Amino acid sequence: MPDTAIAEAPAKAATGGNILQVRNLEAWYGESHILHGINFDVNAGEVVTLLGRNGAGKTTTLKSIMGIIGKRAGSVKFNNQEIIRATSDKIARSGIAFCPEERGIFSSLDVRENLMLPPVVREGGLPLEQIFELFPNLKERLNSQGTKLSGGEQQMLAIARILRTGASFLMLDEPTEGLAPVIIQQIGHTIARLKKEGFTILLVEQNFRFASTVADRYYVVEHGKIIDGFSNAELAANMDKLHTYLGV
Amino acid sequence: MRATFKGTPKGSGTGSMQALYAQLLVGLINGSFYALLSLGLAVIFGMLNIINFAHGALYMMGAFVAYFLLNLGGINYWWALLFAPIIVGIFGMILERTMLQWLTGLDHLYGLLLTFGIALIVQGVFQNYFGSSGLPYAIPDQLKGGMNLGFMFLPIYRGWVVVFSLVVCLATWFLIEKTQLGAYLRAATENPTLVRAFGINVPRMITLTYGLGVGLAALAGVLSAPINQVRPLMGADLIIVVFAVVVIGGMGSIMGSIITGFALGVIEGLTKYFYPEASNTVVFVLMVLVLLVKPTGLTGRAA
Repeated sequence: MPDTAIAEAPAKAATGGNILQVRNLEAWYGESHILHGINFDVNAGEVVTLLGRNGAGKTTTLKSIMGIIGKRAGSVKFNNQEIIRATSDKIARSGIAFCPEERGIFSSLDVRENLMLPPVVREGGLPLEQIFELFPNLKERLNSQGTKLSGGEQQMLAIARILRTGASFLMLDEPTEGLAPVIIQQIGHTIARLKKEGFTILLVEQNFRFASTVADRYYVVEHGKIIDGFSNAELAANMDKLHTYLGV
Repeated sequence: MRATFKGTPKGSGTGSMQALYAQLLVGLINGSFYALLSLGLAVIFGMLNIINFAHGALYMMGAFVAYFLLNLGGINYWWALLFAPIIVGIFGMILERTMLQWLTGLDHLYGLLLTFGIALIVQGVFQNYFGSSGLPYAIPDQLKGGMNLGFMFLPIYRGWVVVFSLVVCLATWFLIEKTQLGAYLRAATENPTLVRAFGINVPRMITLTYGLGVGLAALAGVLSAPINQVRPLMGADLIIVVFAVVVIGGMGSIMGSIITGFALGVIEGLTKYFYPEASNTVVFVLMVLVLLVKPTGLTGRAA
């Protein structure tokens, strides 16, 4: 199946309108060519997961969409607006929020300051009460230094702070990495809850067992390209292929 | 020779205690300049990771702008306290936009060399037109005279410098440590890429921060003008001590810079009283000791 066809075919099965359209996305770190023409779509209200091995280009894809990678080419349309040439602050203000793999909790800020750091970019963000309902631990640790939290609490804080902003499209980079199973389960419940609230989520995951509990659709990334895509209903039928792709 | 206020030498005043208090006051005044200048350096280093060797020249420009405002525009000291930092701050922002921003991510040495070169050029231009001798700048009428505190005579202007500097230093600390804007600054110091990805225009914030740091230097220049006169090399003489203060306090630490600035001024003043021969070197001796024991400074982070 051609790459663009992979991008479009499963997306047609989804119900919401197209919110993100990525076409022929290429990216470089210095002289290293990392993404070689990524194509995929995300529809409003979906949870879409990018799967792939280490170094396949999943995180680079998110960073390229967010405008963090300096050298990139192709097309990224968010709500039909081209954002490939926009700076990351303008992309954030268009309604995309990014939760990085390393969580990005600031050590010089306490939990409250970390939580309140991202500015509100539009109406519709979750009020603090609702955020504390989702992550009750954070309310008890508001005055602690951000980096004194446990790994799970830091991940919750990293997700919580982007929910305030009013961004409707969340990009979560490996939110379960290095966390205990009970925390992973809690993150899964949170993502399901956010989906119910109407958020659209683009998830990068190596743990496809976790992803299968929350995702509507999957794309497989390999060597900087999307090599396959299927819906959650097709997951069981594609399990053998998936094992081969991910080397598990 | 440093262009700091010298005060009364031991034994030449009306009594040894009066001489001690006088040196303490001198120490506090010098400490005020150290604190304001090292605070600006700390703000700039924290945000831009640049060791701003042009800081002394910008301090001098603050004093000269106050002199020009008074002599060419008839604008008095009180307005100069407002306008000189703004004018020199804008000059600093132009420097940042046109030159310093291109050094992002490069070794500290490049920033140090560039700002040192800027300092030499700025000082050279002023020296060419105004020579090396000082230009007079009068103390404003409202701050002339002095108060007899019983145990010492306090010149009002010098008291004003100490109090005003302290207020400005604490206000800057409050801005950076206790406000949302300060949270942006502190976060951008750690991870500017992520802060920008949250929707904050970090390059603009860096420019404004450099302007703020430069404005603090210019403010110190205006405060200094009536005490030390206005001279092209007034900043060059002072900046070496200020760098020692910043190294002792810790690069990038706001409160560290303020406390160390005032404390070292006082220590210098006390040394002038107890052992005058060491007064010009005590700060550097302390710097060596601090570097041996705690290389990041008393309250600082690693560069």
